[in-house]
Amino acid sequence: MLDPIVLVETDMESLHSQLGGLQYDNAPESAAIAKIKKEYGLFINGQFTSPKDHKSFFTINPATEEKLSKISQADANDVDAAVQSAKRAYEKVWSKTTGPERAKYLFRIARLIQERSRELAVTETLDNGKPIRETRDIDVPLAAAHFFYYAGWADKLSFAGYGADPKPIGVAGQIIPWNFPLLMAAWKLAPALAAGNTCVLKPAETTPLTALLLAEILQQAELPDGVVNIITGDGSTGAALVEHPDVNKIAFTGSTGVGRMIQQRIAGSGKHLTLELGGKGANIVFEDAPIDEMVEGIIDGIFFNQGHVCCAGSRLLVQESIAEDVLRRLMRRVEQLRVGDPMDKNTDVGAVNSAEQLARISELTATGEEEGATRLTSTCVLPSKGFWFPPTVFTNVSQSHRIAREEIFGPVLSMLTFRTPEEAVQKANNTNYGLACGVWSEKGSRTLWVAERLRAGVIWANTYNKFDPTSPFGGVRESGFGREGGRQGLEAYLNV
Amino acid sequence: MSENRLEIRKTYKLLVNGAFPRSESGRTYEVVDAEGKFIANVAQASRKDLREAVVAARAAQAKWWSQSAYNRGQVIYRLAEMAESRHAEIAEAVELSEGVKSKEARKSVSRGIDRMVWYAGWTDKIAQVFGGANPVAGPFFNFSLPVPSGVVAAVAHPTNSFEGLIDVTFGAIAAGNSVIVLASSDRPVPAVLLGEMSAVSDFPGGVLNILTGKVEELAPVMASHEDIDGLDIGCVQATEHTALISAAAGSIKRVFEGQGFDETTAVRRLRTFIETSTVWHTKGQ
Amino acid sequence: MTSSALRLVTPDSTGIEIPTRKNLPTFVTESGLRTELKKLSGIDAVGAEARIAKLSTRSLKKETKKYAIDLAISMVDLTTLEGADTAGRVASLCTKAMHPDANNLSVPSVAAVCVYPDMVANARAVIGSSPVHVASVSTAFPSGRASLAVKLLDTKDAVEAGADEIDMVIDRGAFLSGNLFKVYEEIVAVKAVCGTAHLKVILETGELVTYDNVRKASWLAMLAGADFIKTSTGKVGVNATLPVALVMLEAVRDFAEEYGELVGVKVAGGIRTTKDALKYLVVVNETAGSSWLTPEYFRFGASSLLNDLLLQRTKQLSGNYARPDRFSGD
Repeated sequence: MLDPIVLVETDMESLHSQLGGLQYDNAPESAAIAKIKKEYGLFINGQFTSPKDHKSFFTINPATEEKLSKISQADANDVDAAVQSAKRAYEKVWSKTTGPERAKYLFRIARLIQERSRELAVTETLDNGKPIRETRDIDVPLAAAHFFYYAGWADKLSFAGYGADPKPIGVAGQIIPWNFPLLMAAWKLAPALAAGNTCVLKPAETTPLTALLLAEILQQAELPDGVVNIITGDGSTGAALVEHPDVNKIAFTGSTGVGRMIQQRIAGSGKHLTLELGGKGANIVFEDAPIDEMVEGIIDGIFFNQGHVCCAGSRLLVQESIAEDVLRRLMRRVEQLRVGDPMDKNTDVGAVNSAEQLARISELTATGEEEGATRLTSTCVLPSKGFWFPPTVFTNVSQSHRIAREEIFGPVLSMLTFRTPEEAVQKANNTNYGLACGVWSEKGSRTLWVAERLRAGVIWANTYNKFDPTSPFGGVRESGFGREGGRQGLEAYLNV
Repeated sequence: MSENRLEIRKTYKLLVNGAFPRSESGRTYEVVDAEGKFIANVAQASRKDLREAVVAARAAQAKWWSQSAYNRGQVIYRLAEMAESRHAEIAEAVELSEGVKSKEARKSVSRGIDRMVWYAGWTDKIAQVFGGANPVAGPFFNFSLPVPSGVVAAVAHPTNSFEGLIDVTFGAIAAGNSVIVLASSDRPVPAVLLGEMSAVSDFPGGVLNILTGKVEELAPVMASHEDIDGLDIGCVQATEHTALISAAAGSIKRVFEGQGFDETTAVRRLRTFIETSTVWHTKGQ
Repeated sequence: MTSSALRLVTPDSTGIEIPTRKNLPTFVTESGLRTELKKLSGIDAVGAEARIAKLSTRSLKKETKKYAIDLAISMVDLTTLEGADTAGRVASLCTKAMHPDANNLSVPSVAAVCVYPDMVANARAVIGSSPVHVASVSTAFPSGRASLAVKLLDTKDAVEAGADEIDMVIDRGAFLSGNLFKVYEEIVAVKAVCGTAHLKVILETGELVTYDNVRKASWLAMLAGADFIKTSTGKVGVNATLPVALVMLEAVRDFAEEYGELVGVKVAGGIRTTKDALKYLVVVNETAGSSWLTPEYFRFGASSLLNDLLLQRTKQLSGNYARPDRFSGD
């Protein structure tokens, strides 16, 4: 069923003419600080292996399609070497290292990330395509904060509510996605190390560089050899890690499809598992919402990190009485977003991470129009090289449309309407996912009433896409299980 | 540098409101090392100096608490970094003050610094460990947040000159309080050194105030001052406790009497200087 | 972005033209006014401040920066509001307003000089028919604590002495105690005696405290006929802030959409550096849009800001940092 009201067709050109007259000159960050090497080996037992010993692939800059570096492909033998290194380090060193000493290593890592933050931010932007403003102001500071936070837990595990002397699990195999490469590495490593585990981390195929830079930081921190091993490669590397018998715990962040496969593969093995998977977050807007901040929240909810965010607010649910006004204001802002060179300090929306992801976004958005939704797209000029998708909003979306059900993982928003709080809750929950939702209203009582009924791991009220090391993050239903962040985040790495 | 060079001696002053004043009274007292040899004339804080410190601490506390817990942790950690880089200097002062072997002094300083790091990690854990949601029977969202008591006055250990200062000071500070601590009367030098390091550690002035002087003169004023919310007298002679607690009762202070620097006592001390603030909010369409 | 583009926004020989309001509703009762103001959305302070934090990271470089500096100079209301003001002080300020850099006539003149009512005649005498406007504070500035009769006389005095613009203060006491209609009626009355002079209404946002109050007061002042809404007198603890400017710019943008009338915004007090001024211009640019990026619709009430703009302008053109004494201290 289509939404009962037909929203006004928004004329993007006329919106554009109302916009600012200051055309900002380029303000590019310098790429030189990144110091990216020509090729990288694997980080096993505290050392980088020789790249000559491995098959390799290239990681490219998605904004220019230029090759950045040659990356080693870890095969089953390499995975075994990394796991054995982690196992040795666990048995001989890390399990005997006291909480206060583990804490001090983590504090060191946090400080080193802060010290090398600009280098990390630039490297991340080059490798991932996300704007330098985001890597500089969000990814890197949050990564440091996670290490700092979990450093404080390493010597206080007895206060965490998991018993007087909770024990670690052992060797953790950690597989992370390409959307927040360094941050996801921090989310995985910091609690695992604080709890006393050793790690084998596999960064995503398209974004390995900051994890490899992090390996250098671990060397500078003099973290004992083998406590963290970082191996690069494609899905086959991840599969070998998942299936390795000496891995005691798998932590995976990525798509629901792969998460499901992992759960099946390790069934019966006794391995611990936490999964942080996809989402189709609803951003629910009531008519008494603080309108200007709400519009910003919708923008942040879907266009932050090009929409490559598992908790993105990709479904906008607006109360019918204000739908037209919200759409007009929203499109004005969409048209204002600065899309382009991720290294420009004034860029709001950067490049899509890969050709593969761009194809998926394009395919799904095409179904939106085929199924009868109305497509509104920013008139921004896209660069000729690289992978780009303009900020897009669909109106006249029904709940059965693929763009309202499937995770697009791109800068594409589907707008639906509702009339009552109950209807909002029903529509928000009408999904297999359950990662995050937003609620916008100046009426606290209703916000809490709605929040209580939403089936989602995180609910933001009058804000969206906020992350903090002290706040547990994770999903319900097909968005996964286990939490990262906060006291709860320790549970994923304790044998309790 | 010639061995015969005449050394430049330091003037040991108070730390109040981020500055290093002499006592308003102009008084000093002689501090000697374990063998009775003169070390320095140290400022002898008066009740008026204490009063000034309370005004500073009150103003600073709101600012300290308004900073994020993460930020407070980083500031305390920064002080630990500063102390680590001047480890030898503090250890020398401990050795001189306490008359212990240098190895013992170094170990004591290491333990003290590690304990500071331990407190740095507490700032953003307190809310989750001591607070939480309450499942009340009714349509309410109900949660309890630990908040600091406010201004805490503490007396440091009389003989354990460095470690004995850390716990009475940083438990309350980690919880978001501002602190006025009276250093060991006879062995104040390590405390004064730490105060100097705090000046380069991003502490807002007034969060940490260190007085040197006499317990018998200042502890009763700490107890009776109405604008002090918490009092740590664990390191004061047990015979004085009754009188001090009676005086503290005038403004219903939270008083900590525990002794020792083990982790359990440290957490009890920290808990003493936090309050629980509970919020009820309706839930309804 | 060339300097010829700038000519379009610099006051030309015919001066600054602001059209008269035509399409505003009038309110004759308290309840009608309240109903109108009730439709305003609330403001989430956290979100508003987060928006500003993000906009403050905008980086203006090269030609954009040159353009923005000249634009900012042309938007300055060069202000002296001291008990110690003298005819001589006002005269030198006026000279500076017309030619901010005596050594470089390519520097645009500022928008206006802003003085106390008894100094208007002195200012007028120096300014003459120059495009620089003479603005005067009035209505028992800065507190506004006087009867309406006195406020009207104060305004009339300034207008008759030759003021092009009147900066009035609202009755914050009345606003905070809920007597909104009194605030409205006073603005209407002052507007009536302004004649052809433009009316800037000072909200004194530091005393209104909340963003919700700022939005409400902005809307009320615009309904009553304000040509500009202005943040502050510069005489209280909290002056212009970026989030307050954001809220007021959102208000003028929404007001223009609803009533078709463009109202200007003036930020005053505490803006001392080029860096600060450029942040405000970014907020104007990305909130209200290009229509407001002219002296007709955006002003900086400032005194020391002008010299910093001149310093940075010199740096942009010559590549070297200039000595502050290069420019007159007025």
